[in-house]
Amino acid sequence: MQKEMAYSFPDEVLKHVFSFIQSDKDRNAVSLVCKSWYEIERWCRRKVFIGNCYAVSPRMVIRRFPEVRSIELKGKPHFADFNLVPDGWGGYVLQWIAEMAGAYPWLGEIRLKRMVVTDESLELIAKSFKNFKVLVLFSCEGFSTDGLAAIAASCKNLRELDLRESEVDDLSGHWLAQFPETCTSLVSLNISCLGSDEVSFSALERLVDRCPNLRSLQLNRAVTLDKIANILRRAPQLVDFGTGNYAAELQPDVFSNLAGAFSSCKELKSLSGFWDVVPAYLPALYSICPRLTSLNLSYATIQSPDLIKLVSHCPRLQRLLVLDYVEDSGLEELASSCKDLQELRVFPSDPFGVEPNVSLTEQGLVAVSLGCPKLQSVLYFCRRMSNAALVTIAQNCPNLTRFRLCIIEPKTPDYLTLDPLDAGFGAIVEHCKDLRRLSLSGLLTDHVFEYIGTYGKKLEMLSVAFAGDSDLGLHHVLSGCESLRKLEIRDCPFGDKALLANAAKLETMRSLWMSSCAMSFGACKLLGQKMPKLNVEVIDETEPPDSRPESYPVDKLYIYRSVAGPRFDMPPFLWSMDEAVKILH
Amino acid sequence: MEGSVGYDNDLNLRATELRLGLPGTEPVSIVRSNKRSLQQVADDDCGVNGCKSDDQNETAPPPPKAQIVGWPPIRSYRKNNIQTKKNESEGGGIYVKVSMDGAPYLRKIDLKIYSGYPELLQAIENMLKFTIGEYSEREGYKGSDYAPTYEDKDGDWMLVGDVPWEMFITSCKRLRIMKGSEARGLGCGV
Repeated sequence: MQKEMAYSFPDEVLKHVFSFIQSDKDRNAVSLVCKSWYEIERWCRRKVFIGNCYAVSPRMVIRRFPEVRSIELKGKPHFADFNLVPDGWGGYVLQWIAEMAGAYPWLGEIRLKRMVVTDESLELIAKSFKNFKVLVLFSCEGFSTDGLAAIAASCKNLRELDLRESEVDDLSGHWLAQFPETCTSLVSLNISCLGSDEVSFSALERLVDRCPNLRSLQLNRAVTLDKIANILRRAPQLVDFGTGNYAAELQPDVFSNLAGAFSSCKELKSLSGFWDVVPAYLPALYSICPRLTSLNLSYATIQSPDLIKLVSHCPRLQRLLVLDYVEDSGLEELASSCKDLQELRVFPSDPFGVEPNVSLTEQGLVAVSLGCPKLQSVLYFCRRMSNAALVTIAQNCPNLTRFRLCIIEPKTPDYLTLDPLDAGFGAIVEHCKDLRRLSLSGLLTDHVFEYIGTYGKKLEMLSVAFAGDSDLGLHHVLSGCESLRKLEIRDCPFGDKALLANAAKLETMRSLWMSSCAMSFGACKLLGQKMPKLNVEVIDETEPPDSRPESYPVDKLYIYRSVAGPRFDMPPFLWSMDEAVKILH
Repeated sequence: MEGSVGYDNDLNLRATELRLGLPGTEPVSIVRSNKRSLQQVADDDCGVNGCKSDDQNETAPPPPKAQIVGWPPIRSYRKNNIQTKKNESEGGGIYVKVSMDGAPYLRKIDLKIYSGYPELLQAIENMLKFTIGEYSEREGYKGSDYAPTYEDKDGDWMLVGDVPWEMFITSCKRLRIMKGSEARGLGCGV
């Protein structure tokens, strides 16, 4: 396998050096130096990240990296989060588990995002991997508490079980009781997505009791406020805690018990949960607020005055998720109290209402940009915006890395001038030189894309909706954004020209999603024929695309680079444009 | 929409692009008119750029403000969380999960939008791509391997259709399309 070279290090030395190299990018670079480094590196790579489960096959991964201990896989396109990807599209993990069961007996960590995970998959994990430690199912679906019971029962050294934002079929809360009495290894447990009214609370208490290393615990909505104190007293070492619902009739003894329990948690830095909040119980948190760095109140339907009071007790806050009940006034308070703020997310309380129900405008975001110099990541839903505000934000926060603005009504212009918001977003990309992620909204012409193509050199992900005038817009992005990895577009007048002219660019990206645009079926076929390293997939739930003229636009299009060739598991509404696959249904 | 405004002046795309059809012909793009109606509504609002409502052959009257699929971009569980609050106060939709034996994923439907059993069953058939048999009170669902069942407030599994519709939608917690012998077992003696 190795050539003897007088001047080269023994393999063991190289292996040891490589073991300090954790990032995938660096590992990939190492593997390109020479053949022997490629060989050594592939035998000692322990962690693999696969951003698109259809870009490569399990067999290929196993063939190249025989000693993997940790795998991360992502399935559905991001727009699946907003119901744009039909049910049954794919992202099934079972085949991966089945192949890895044979090849990686020592696999210890599986992290999945937007994948379909069945109980069968979970049972297979439970019985195949003796050293299984970490299971993260982020936004997954397809499994029930039966599958979880299998994991709980079999995984003797489970450290992490995180089901965040997944959809789980709650058949019974008793799966928690399947953790054996000998299981004391849990460090992180997130069951916040479970809807069941019957989470076996006594089983949960006993589990928390016997896991001294538990650092992160997120309960589900069904757990009532009065139970929190019991849990916290059993786990005062918690760093990250998610409550269940935070509502109860105000009773002094319940309150003081709760306040006491919180104050005994000296390490607690991060809070979430807070469904159904009764504001009178918020002061129970005051003792830990000075230490809090992260607060997720995005389910809490509490009004601005109560939010202001709470936030003003949290000077060290770095991350805040909140509903727009916070209003401009609340954000102004945030700007003056929380100088360490790095991430802000404001969600809409009434997304489908036509009239604003709260006084939250661009002013709130401007205030935060002024008061919080460390601001890096923004997700902001609002109903009006101006170019002037965006320019101010851009100038105040040149360190922004993620900027996602959603003006709720599509194609809303600058409310002061009625101009498109091109100049405002232009300022964002121009001033924020490290911007990696951008989501656009409002009235936008091709000009905004010209700015993005010119200045967005570090941009990796761009989300576009109801914007642009012509293919020129798309062309600017594809030809200008050198670091672009993911592009998702909906309802824009982008057609064939820009895409075909920039076909080669698509091989440098992870994926492109286009829906309700103007890409023709003929052009999709052409792209599929000319670019064998791309999978070009057309989604149409109403009728086969070839039952219409070739010039007809396709409904949804998903293009991604792949070394695995066309999919084997395509649902009936999905057509591959690969020449090798006959379009037959 | 196939605008050539300033296009060929700024880019020499022709030299690089892949094209359809014979050289010298311009590809024609037909846009389905039903997709334009929302855009038309929005275009009518735009100020500076002027209205682009002349592109279509059909000028449909602006539709009422329909909810656009997937917009605003909020995850379902967030919507559901807000929804649940609203349901309690305004009596909104009745969302139940629909599972089917053998299918890897669940669906959710709003029972309130159907006026009766035929509509509901038709919708489920379309959604999960299968056929339910003919219903008879005595024999349940005949003519198919599948039977639609539901779990009621007491935790019992019942055959869909056995109780009056109004009673059904208030007591149904979840739906399950059962397959095979289990299904036939429920068909009689309910």
